[in-house]
Amino acid sequence: MRIIRADYRIYDDIVKYAKEHLPEEACGLIAGSEDEDGNRVIEKVYFLENIDHANDHFTLDPKDQMAAIKDMRALGLKQLGNWHSHPESPSRPSEEDIRLSFDSKASYMILSLMAENPVLNSYHVENGNYEKEDLRIISEDYFY
Amino acid sequence: MTITVAGEKKEYKEGLALPELIELEDVETPQYVTVSINDEFVATEDKESTVLKEGDSVEFLYFMGGGQ
Repeated sequence: MRIIRADYRIYDDIVKYAKEHLPEEACGLIAGSEDEDGNRVIEKVYFLENIDHANDHFTLDPKDQMAAIKDMRALGLKQLGNWHSHPESPSRPSEEDIRLSFDSKASYMILSLMAENPVLNSYHVENGNYEKEDLRIISEDYFY
Repeated sequence: MTITVAGEKKEYKEGLALPELIELEDVETPQYVTVSINDEFVATEDKESTVLKEGDSVEFLYFMGGGQ
């Protein structure tokens, strides 16, 4: 199983942004690095407009994707996948999420805000099936 | 000729058509991929007939969306 590491500040920023955009789904891209075993470190999160402006759908604008990808290249980062929030449902891919996951190399991160405490998970989606990735939120001192 | 694909310079035959590049680059589910050439998005109806030229810069953008 692929390990995804992200500094706790990245997690905090995603939660803050997603809460600010309630009741709509919030979304964006994730970028960072990948080692020879496929394990990943998220180094930057992109907060992009949900052009659906809906509480149950999201779509990224290709123009925004393009701008983010150019920024990643300039910073020497690799596009690792995307993230979006589920304001009222669990942190797992919906049928629509699975159907619309076209890049098997991407990590698909889903933040659930349905409960008091946010829940963030990352998934690999391929051929209509999904598998949870080993997402580890880290601090400078310890892993948990 | 030299074409830049996703930021990486690569050598391809002259007169390479976009559908050939999509196949050579092993692009998954190309019907759901937006293509840009030199920062201009290629209209879906033009994908089949587009021919690449020396120095072009091509990006493949997967549709990214979903719903809860």
